[in-house]
Amino acid sequence: MRLLSFWPLVAVLLSCASGPHPAPTSAPPAYDEARAVHALQRLAFGPSARDLAEVRRLGVEGWVEAQLARSGSALPPELEVKLQALPTLTMSMAELARDYPAKKQREQALLDGRELMRPALIGLEQSAAKVLRAVESPHPLEEVLVDFWFNHFNVSAEKGAVRWMVTSYERDAIRPHVFGRFRDLLGATARHPAMLFYLDNWRSTRDGMPRPMRRAPRGDAPGEAGAEVESSTLEPWDDEDDEPKPGLNENYARELLELHTLGVDGGYTQQDVREVARGFTGWSIRRPRREPEFFFRRRAHDPDEKVVLGHRIPAGGGMADGERVLDLLARHPATARHLATKLARRFVSDSPPPALVERVAKAFLDSDGDLRTVYRALFQSPEFWAAEVRGVKVKTPFEFVVSALRATGAEVTVRPRLVQALAKMGEPLYRAPAPTGFPEVSAPWVNSGALVARLNFSLELVSGRLPGTRVSLESLARPAAPSAEGWVDALGQVLLGAPPSPETRATILAALSKRAEAASAEGEPGPVDVPLIAGLLLGSPEFQKQ
Amino acid sequence: MSAPLSRRLLLRALGLSGAGLFLAPGFLGRALAASPVSPARRALVTVFLRGGVDGLSLVPPVEDAAYHRARPSLALKPPGSGPGAALKLDGPFGLHPRLEPLMPLWREGRLAVLHGVGLPSPVRSHFDAQDFVESGTPGRKATPDGWLNRALEDEEGGAALRAVALQPTLPRALFGSAGALAMGRLEEFRLRGGRRGAEAASGFSALYAGAVDEALRTTGQGAFEALSQLDEQRLSRLPAESTVEYPKGPLGQRLRDIARLLEGDVGLEVAATEMGGWDTHAAQGAETGVFANRCRELAGALSAFAADLGPRLEQVTVVVLTEFGRTVRENGSRGTDHGVGSAMLLLGGGVRGGKVHGHFKPLEPEHLQDGRDVPSWTDVRAPLVEALRACRPGVDVAKVFPGFTPPAPLGLFSV
Repeated sequence: MRLLSFWPLVAVLLSCASGPHPAPTSAPPAYDEARAVHALQRLAFGPSARDLAEVRRLGVEGWVEAQLARSGSALPPELEVKLQALPTLTMSMAELARDYPAKKQREQALLDGRELMRPALIGLEQSAAKVLRAVESPHPLEEVLVDFWFNHFNVSAEKGAVRWMVTSYERDAIRPHVFGRFRDLLGATARHPAMLFYLDNWRSTRDGMPRPMRRAPRGDAPGEAGAEVESSTLEPWDDEDDEPKPGLNENYARELLELHTLGVDGGYTQQDVREVARGFTGWSIRRPRREPEFFFRRRAHDPDEKVVLGHRIPAGGGMADGERVLDLLARHPATARHLATKLARRFVSDSPPPALVERVAKAFLDSDGDLRTVYRALFQSPEFWAAEVRGVKVKTPFEFVVSALRATGAEVTVRPRLVQALAKMGEPLYRAPAPTGFPEVSAPWVNSGALVARLNFSLELVSGRLPGTRVSLESLARPAAPSAEGWVDALGQVLLGAPPSPETRATILAALSKRAEAASAEGEPGPVDVPLIAGLLLGSPEFQKQ
Repeated sequence: MSAPLSRRLLLRALGLSGAGLFLAPGFLGRALAASPVSPARRALVTVFLRGGVDGLSLVPPVEDAAYHRARPSLALKPPGSGPGAALKLDGPFGLHPRLEPLMPLWREGRLAVLHGVGLPSPVRSHFDAQDFVESGTPGRKATPDGWLNRALEDEEGGAALRAVALQPTLPRALFGSAGALAMGRLEEFRLRGGRRGAEAASGFSALYAGAVDEALRTTGQGAFEALSQLDEQRLSRLPAESTVEYPKGPLGQRLRDIARLLEGDVGLEVAATEMGGWDTHAAQGAETGVFANRCRELAGALSAFAADLGPRLEQVTVVVLTEFGRTVRENGSRGTDHGVGSAMLLLGGGVRGGKVHGHFKPLEPEHLQDGRDVPSWTDVRAPLVEALRACRPGVDVAKVFPGFTPPAPLGLFSV
């Protein structure tokens, strides 16, 4: 198996930068450690030593504002180096399809003496980049938002040609718009081949479209140039397993209304789904398996009038019909409420206060969907900072893993094991099993199997048994005394962001004394088992929450 | 049967066997209570086919002319019409040819079909439809728990492994107050603490016993009790003794794990698992293709499960269900879109098999829901009630499906 690149040196060993209680340098008077930790929990995948220092330097409000202002400032060179070692991140869909092709083409290439890469590497590199950015980027809020919006507009690499498209989807359709306008984000996803393929719109045609002349039936010699019968006026449908047949496909239209915009209770009917689907007929992909790009198939488009949510879209609009539908949906009050609810659920609590949702929805409508304005309304709300919502949300597996890597100041190179560990906790990255994406609320994540996977991850991470990670616990905390108590207190502060509760402290000390007995029975000397302390802390109920 | 097992567990729990043992609060009491499903009861296993199964391809009405008209590229050929034809079932119905491994069970009368089953009113959203089927309260989103979990409320306590989902996340149907476990694979459900395993286990166990968060506390306690028991019985480590071959793929793995739990007499009362890939909007295929491949995996896994259990299948009932059916007409992509009524499979003890149950009418437009879909002739809760009664006599149906009045019995079960 090809390993991901190995970076022998991480320029910043975060953990060395500060002990558990470094003196604030220029903290404004209002600085409050608990608020700082809360901000990092929700807006940055948990505290890291570097980001805690940054919040102290800027003040909590200043740091949030700086994160929101995210303009094109560059990533630190050490992160750039790691990302540059993942070549698929910058490749186009056509390049990926060419250089990381399916098995059949790889075998064919081998006969010609060329060895090509497996497409599985695309997903692995993208997952690696997602983890690395979340752990190390100085713009963690951007990473949180990319995670949120990708999940909102979910596509899955499990579905056919999407695996060659997901890299571009996140890079070109999601990331550039997370601080922009919702309408632009919506439009970018609607036109991206990954979405068109994932929700089948690329094959949706008006009813009654004449069947295009096309290649001869299968069974003819493959690759024979003469077998392709195509009129020059007809666009090719480049798909080996299916020839188009007139008719609508409702899949995208339904998920657009239910998941991306209005929400399932947003007041649309089955007839609206049909009308929206008619509006998007012809929004397709040219050569989806070779050089995917958006392509409007005029002949497949239904030219007649559509009526969506009571709004008339006159006949003859062509490709603009779809854009009009998006305009209508992006400004709809139901969309504002749906998005406000989802954002508040992600950032505040599983059941957000209705008044907050209303306020955020209003900010959405008043700003015509300016996402920065929407985030500001949310992050400046008293509900976001309220003491009763702190630590109430259970981390998703990704949030748990990244927050553990950040808290321990781990050096990360991301090997397949880390990505597999996430799948065992229930979150196979870029492969969410339904258009809904991964759950935003706690309940589905809290189950025994996933919990055992989290405990195993904790123990493996701190004892050096997780390939691709390295943790130096000794440089992470400086105990007042090198006793068990000293280590529990010091590591508790660093990893939990607050001193461990008396119960947690006593429980861990009890486990340690058992360990010491066992070790002395084995004839070993009995130093404090620091990895056991760290493993118990990371696996503790407190650390599962944010 | 329960006494010797409990004693064996107790002896082990007292440290007379096995390394890496750790005790969680309550474990001893539960181990004593753990007993195999009593003969009067059956274990209920649900297989949720996610994505909305095309019932008209699973169990096609091959004698219906309207079916063939609506599906020029998807319709299956009637039995006896050459290779790839549907298999003869009952009345106008055939079985998808790739479900062939199920035919012996059909002939033995252990497999039944219920056709035209679904939610009482159309819900064409995957998420909502799955939610309504699994909560058991169609139309009501506020229900916090699931029907399978409420079915366990008739009895206090029970074994740590009384309700298990073999899938990475706990399904909605098992949300609720009766502790339910979820695990992706049985063999991965163990703590890997290396040389500090015992101390890590007792430390975590105590931390979760004292967790402030109720969900984490109960989940943690349930997990540690189950870990103890599985560790004792070595169920998560030993290779299966069975020589039955399951097909590759997650469903085969999951049903094999369920069979091991049943054979291990761990006190399993309900098990749930799932299989994805049924949302066939495009290139669905007829006797070959995407849908056919799913059928092959489903049938292979179910028939291996039945063979693996052998005579024990009498004490198990399997229900294979989905969230909705699909449009009668094929769409422009040689697939089908979200519909209403679908087909359900019932397998195992007590099933009146060899029969297609339920109402069904020819697929003429006047018989269709909204002029396009197979209607939900039978409320999905009706067969679930009958399955529950066959597995747990005396179950309080009003509690499991509040507000639902079961119709006249469908006769899906003989006992």
